[in-house]
Amino acid sequence: MSGFEDLYRENILDHYRNPRNQGTLESPDITYEDANPLCGDLIRMDFKLKDGTIEQVCFSGHGCAISQASASMLCELVEGMPLEEAKKIGREDVLEMLGIELGPVRLKCALLALKTLKAGVYGIQQWPGEEEESTR
Amino acid sequence: MFHRHPVGAGAPAPLQTFDPQAVRAQFPIFREPRARPLVYLDSAATSQKPDAVLQAMGRYYSSFNANIHRGIYQIAEEATAAYEDSRRRVARFIHAASPREVVFTRNSTEALNLVAHSWGRSRLEAGDAIVLTVMEHHSNLVPWQLLASERGIELRFIPVTEGGELDLATLPKLLADGRAKLVSVVHISNVLGTVNPIPEIARQAHAAGAVMVVDASQSVPHCSVDVQALGADFVAFTGHKMLGPTGIGVLWGRRSLLEVMPPFLGGGEMIREVKLTGSKWNDLPWKFEAGTMPIAEVVGLGAAVDYLESLGMEAVFTHDRELVAYAMERLREVPDLEILGPPADRRGGVVAFTLDHIHPHDVATVLDADGVAVRAGHHCAMPLHERFGIPATARASFYCYTLPQEIDALVKGLHRARQVFAR
Repeated sequence: MSGFEDLYRENILDHYRNPRNQGTLESPDITYEDANPLCGDLIRMDFKLKDGTIEQVCFSGHGCAISQASASMLCELVEGMPLEEAKKIGREDVLEMLGIELGPVRLKCALLALKTLKAGVYGIQQWPGEEEESTR
Repeated sequence: MFHRHPVGAGAPAPLQTFDPQAVRAQFPIFREPRARPLVYLDSAATSQKPDAVLQAMGRYYSSFNANIHRGIYQIAEEATAAYEDSRRRVARFIHAASPREVVFTRNSTEALNLVAHSWGRSRLEAGDAIVLTVMEHHSNLVPWQLLASERGIELRFIPVTEGGELDLATLPKLLADGRAKLVSVVHISNVLGTVNPIPEIARQAHAAGAVMVVDASQSVPHCSVDVQALGADFVAFTGHKMLGPTGIGVLWGRRSLLEVMPPFLGGGEMIREVKLTGSKWNDLPWKFEAGTMPIAEVVGLGAAVDYLESLGMEAVFTHDRELVAYAMERLREVPDLEILGPPADRRGGVVAFTLDHIHPHDVATVLDADGVAVRAGHHCAMPLHERFGIPATARASFYCYTLPQEIDALVKGLHRARQVFAR
């Protein structure tokens, strides 16, 4: 098991202490909320779109440092990104951004923001749900 | 309150003084070489297992592994004897009137589902009510919710006070209209540690014509429980929280009730006679034990009961209480730490808390780096956490092998967590 210094790298603590894009948007084009039933983490994401691009994105909710930091990092990443490109973000991208090794329980925390983002940008009906169903 | 019901049935307190270091030496998990010693503070989730339990299960598999109740040959008879002997030991341990009142299940959850399915579906109808409490584990909520939505039954709840105890002043009102046919309450809360006054609740339930169900998952492992003195009609508990293996639990029920209940699962072993279109049921308790049961686990549970009796349940509970008193005193030294639930003298060996704005997952992760294992989350009691307006807590829980210096390690780790997540 890694020490907590490995799990809470400075970049994660930085996003946790100073979250980017935290808050809610007034009359968003897309809003989606998801929770992790195991730990009670909750993330909501609001999107404003313009010409197929994510013009503005905000997250709100509560949870552990990993879930909040990954939401903050994801918001920073997708702001200004074409919707089609945002759909291609995968779990490897998130894990790379976090830069840490995660066990199966904390992996759920790390990927909650991605799950929220993908369900939001796809619309829940069309979302293929690959993050949940990966066998890797 | 608590001391009214633990009746030792004349069992004298063990003469030797209780020595947690000596107890610990009998648990292989603590002898395993590792980089940091294991500080296991999650016994409310599952307990560790002593050599005696593992050896008993190993002996069954290596010496007399055979299916029970059918084989005529020697090892099958040995296996049957060991299985039924465990039942007798469990019956003695909880002061049941007869081993026929002890039904083996998979765990507490299955035991409660058995009551909901068999007693509930044969006795309850639309317009009836079931009384539960806000501090229940999901296993004592969801089976009743399923039954309630299927049958049009009303669920009523005894509220929890700010101090983490049942608001029993509400109970007479919940029972007043005579519609409540079943009351199901946890004996010791897995989050708050609160010891609920079951005999008093059972007295009121019976006076109103309701049956009394007790979730004893956190009490049977930790203190002397006399099911008859409790005044309950059904009591559920699980083996893996009482030094035994996973996959084996117990439903104790009053014989008069069990006798008239329809079976829960159908299949082999639970029948006396099968025809193509109908069957006759086996006697108690086998009527409720369909299919091949987890024989090794039953043998292991019997060994766990023996082991606990060798320690003495009064000594086990006294040790829990000393630890929880010490833990609450030491935790008060940590700034911004808030403990849920009643004072130490009214709880079992469980402490759930929040630490400032830090998410319990993060607290648990920092502690884990020091080898300190605590539980973080809602501990399968979401409505209780909602009652206190918090999504999650961190929880430390103790048992016969826990040492005071492990609580010191917990406190040290909590100070560190505050530093890491200082804003």
